[in-house]
Amino acid sequence: MSTNARSGSEMSVGPLGPIEYSGARRVGGPLLAIAGVEGVGWDEIARVRLPSGEVRHGLVLEVSGDVAIVEVLQGTSGIDPALVNVSFEGRPFDIPVGDGWLGRVWNGMGEPLDGGPPMLGRERRAVNGAPLNPSRRDVPSDPVFTGVSVIDALATLVRGQKLPVFSSAGLPHLDLAAQIAAQANVAGENFKVVVAGMGLTHADAAAIRDVLETRSAQGDLVLVLDTADDPVVQRVLTPRVALTIAEYLAFERDQHVLVVLADMTSYCEALREVSSARGEVPGRRAYPGYLYSDLASLYERCGRIRGHAGSITLIPVLTMPGGDITHPVPDLTGYITEGQIVLSPDVHAKGVYPPVDVLSTLSRLMRKGVGEGRTRADHMALAAQLIASFARARSARELADLIGAEALTETDRIYLDFEDAFLRDLVNQSSDESRSMEDTLKRAWNVASVLPERELTMMPRAMTAAYYTGNLREGEGGLGADNDPAPVRASPPMGDDHG
Amino acid sequence: MERVNGPLLEVAGLRGVAVLDVIDVGPLHVPAEVVSIQDGRLTAEAFEYTGGLRVGDGAVSHGRPLSARLGPGLLGGVFDGLLRRLEGGPTWLVPGGFGEMKSNASWPFRPALVELGADLAPGALLGTVTVGSNFEHRILVPPDAHGTVTQLAPAGTMGEDDVVAIIGGSPVTLCEEWPVRRARPARERLQPVAPLVTGQRVVDLFFPIAHGATAAVPGGFGTGKSMLLQQIVKWADAEVVVFVGCGERGNELADAMADLSALVDPTTGTSLRERTVVIANTSNMPVMARVASVYTGMTVAEYFRDMGYRVVVLADSTSRWAEALREFSSRSGELPAEEGYPASLSSSLAAFYERAARVRTLGGAEGSVTLIGAVSPGGGDMTEPVTSQTVRFVRCLWSLDRDLAYARHYPAVTWRHSFSLDGETIANWHASEGRLGWAEARARALALLAEADRLDSVVELVGVSALPAHERIVLLTGRLLREGVLQQSAMSERDAFCSPAKQTALLEMVLAVYDRCLALVDGGLPAAVVEEFDFTAVTRARDETGPDDADGVIRLRDEVLARIAEAS
Ligand SMILES: Nc1ncnc2c1ncn2[C@@H]1O[C@H](COP(=O)(O)OP(=O)(O)OP(=O)(O)O)[C@@H](O)[C@H]1O
Ligand SMILES: [Mg+2]
Repeated sequence: MSTNARSGSEMSVGPLGPIEYSGARRVGGPLLAIAGVEGVGWDEIARVRLPSGEVRHGLVLEVSGDVAIVEVLQGTSGIDPALVNVSFEGRPFDIPVGDGWLGRVWNGMGEPLDGGPPMLGRERRAVNGAPLNPSRRDVPSDPVFTGVSVIDALATLVRGQKLPVFSSAGLPHLDLAAQIAAQANVAGENFKVVVAGMGLTHADAAAIRDVLETRSAQGDLVLVLDTADDPVVQRVLTPRVALTIAEYLAFERDQHVLVVLADMTSYCEALREVSSARGEVPGRRAYPGYLYSDLASLYERCGRIRGHAGSITLIPVLTMPGGDITHPVPDLTGYITEGQIVLSPDVHAKGVYPPVDVLSTLSRLMRKGVGEGRTRADHMALAAQLIASFARARSARELADLIGAEALTETDRIYLDFEDAFLRDLVNQSSDESRSMEDTLKRAWNVASVLPERELTMMPRAMTAAYYTGNLREGEGGLGADNDPAPVRASPPMGDDHG
Repeated sequence: MERVNGPLLEVAGLRGVAVLDVIDVGPLHVPAEVVSIQDGRLTAEAFEYTGGLRVGDGAVSHGRPLSARLGPGLLGGVFDGLLRRLEGGPTWLVPGGFGEMKSNASWPFRPALVELGADLAPGALLGTVTVGSNFEHRILVPPDAHGTVTQLAPAGTMGEDDVVAIIGGSPVTLCEEWPVRRARPARERLQPVAPLVTGQRVVDLFFPIAHGATAAVPGGFGTGKSMLLQQIVKWADAEVVVFVGCGERGNELADAMADLSALVDPTTGTSLRERTVVIANTSNMPVMARVASVYTGMTVAEYFRDMGYRVVVLADSTSRWAEALREFSSRSGELPAEEGYPASLSSSLAAFYERAARVRTLGGAEGSVTLIGAVSPGGGDMTEPVTSQTVRFVRCLWSLDRDLAYARHYPAVTWRHSFSLDGETIANWHASEGRLGWAEARARALALLAEADRLDSVVELVGVSALPAHERIVLLTGRLLREGVLQQSAMSERDAFCSPAKQTALLEMVLAVYDRCLALVDGGLPAAVVEEFDFTAVTRARDETGPDDADGVIRLRDEVLARIAEAS
């Protein structure tokens, strides 16, 4: 864990290098018990040598008297306790750091998958990282543009934020994750992307490699891929390897880094499996009681640090088992992250991509990252208005389904049109289409303008005056309403962003 | 050291150690709390990462339980769960590299009028130091000291360890230590009388909290717990605020701190940071220090209470604290009860909430600690152990509702599952302040909200046109109450805080509109016509008037009523 500031405690490395112990007392699950050890520290990395010459790595889970319990990262299959040799490295699990990770594809432990040379480097960092002193954090306050309208307009991602994608089996969340990883940028500044896949099928892994090829070729991307047939203990390390690379790029090389972790549900399942092999007391749905803290130890690694130019923005992607948002994985994720992007089978069924459920989607840091000088002065109010109106449209739709559209008030019927326009003109786009912020905001205003101006109660009048493109329909405006028909206005020139 | 398994340590051969004493282990002096002792073997839980600790490493005892260092260096500071300073600390928190407990600052001291040779009891005033621009920090005889004063320091600049007085032969310094798990004593508990004004309408009007009372804020993720707590940090009418960020986000804390530095306390003219103590044990920081953090926060609050101040403690989130308790007990082999939580969960919660009170201090002053705790129920399930136990011990419940939050109705406090046991006390207080109609307006509004909810579910079945006109007006009023009174954006420049007078004016405006509309439909005007009136002036009044502009609201009300009269 001790990263940048090393703890300095020397562990079990003697003057003649590590001592090798032969034979294990016990093998079971991923665990080996080695007796007769001396000076072995907790959480050290162990080298496990098989008679075939194969070397595996392990972590010290417990030291008690002269016994060390070692968890073997690649599993213990094929290990004969009598014939195994184990030595201890005197340091926690760590990886070299440097720019050499960029433009390459690695497995979950940071070994090359692309036929290239292994990552070398003198500087190493423990993959567990260290907690960042909260008083050294800087408030996230600049946007990341994803080129995906529904996100950029309504749930803007902010540099240093953690914003997960909650999905269900069968929805295109990996496409969306890959699209964001391919398109995301911070308008002109250095930007790197680290994508960690956990428990992916080979087909999904290949698809992600494909979509991200250009970015990788430019040397802006690190791909860390753990596939479904890799050992589960390795899956637990995968996001840590990715985040350690990202921390180096962000806080030692001043880059803005986007980290995508997919699929966190596979990660949590691996953690559950490892925990049960360790014989720990299970919590909700048999996930370990420390699942919250464990997820936090990953997600909290994003952010900004005062005095550093770089940032880490994090998008964990997860599938909600059974589509259930109260399942521990999405639930505990939601308790740690700063909002969520929720994909919905209903929207998917309408043929809309990305199938985002706007009402349960929220970027909590959005207001810090948008507005004058960042996106445009009207952005925040417009987003709030669209979401509020969409909520009203949704209840009008439900009412219409129950009692028929004829029974709706005139205003409610307009809301139904608004809902259609919203999904068709703003949300829906193709998975290789990157839209500019100007384009997105223009679409957003066109959708808002389907409603009569008096319905835009959350918009300051100056903003409707500048951007509203609708006009009052026949027969609109009841008694007592502001009765002057709004003049038809041309949309102001786009790109005239106030910042 | 004989065994290391994550934070769980076993140590043999250390004598003179009691359960809950703190020991330091290994070359980096990782602090750990002793949880049990058997046959000379101590089991301890480490407060920091234990990587690299080995069998055979040494341990030394502090000889006392975990204690807070209480003194003038607290206000304006940011600390971890063990009350170590985070500001000025290292960027990465690794063992041996956490911040210091001690403050090196010094303050101007002024002695009180105390005669040498006098007999002083605990709580007696020895002098004051000025902290920040103008906070009067009172130095009292600590609860465990008493006797004859033989020496009192003259006016001058003093540091934390400088001796203020000699009492009963022992020195009393500017700073004192107190074991965090033990409540600081007071002379007696007093009944609550006055409300803690939070400036949040749904709280102050409908589910008010008294100084010295307790509230729980349960709600699923994203429903607005932290936001509501932070609004209270900013606006509560208290002299001292202690914010305990317990297992929550680092970004949130950075943000809150920036906000507090920027905001100016209207009564003292200084930055709000100066009245706040922040205890930050974020979710990625060591779990065991999370257990300590709520006790530490409470102890700090009691320390200021004893000076005669009104203090508010906000704990975000008590569920993370309970989870840390669970981790702690499951590792030390305790039998789990519900959902793996220890059977002692409910007594731990009760004991914690009981530390909030309005009291007569040992020195004879009145002081209070009001405690507001966020609760994060797993899966939003209000029947889970932490939520269901907490609800039993609090005087106010502000339940946050996911549907309201999704509809961006903030604060998402639901009027259906919230309560305040101090409504009557606070109604009396308002009456004594001349707001005679407060209780009646509150009761009418709550009844209208409940009726509107009932009608909403009827409408879902039969459509609005099937309702009689006066019921349609109730529905309309429900919406105006929700949008014009209950909703209050924390981001609004004018409406983030709302004074009691403006609160009442807004509520009375909606009730007046209700009465007028009801009269119209009773007079034969179709409800559909009334529904199409433009009520934006009603729903915008909260944002279009200043935070204390009750007269502005009354003017708007008269305009709206006049327009309704014209239109009908
Ligand atoms: N009073 C409010 N005014 C405006 N927006 C609010 C308010 N309360 C909540 N919100 C919105 O809801 C979001 C989530 O609120 P908050 O962070 O307080 O949730 P929480 O209940 O603490 O969630 P968690 O359990 O995940 O910490 C905020 O970022 C903000 O966008
Ligand atoms: Mg919160």
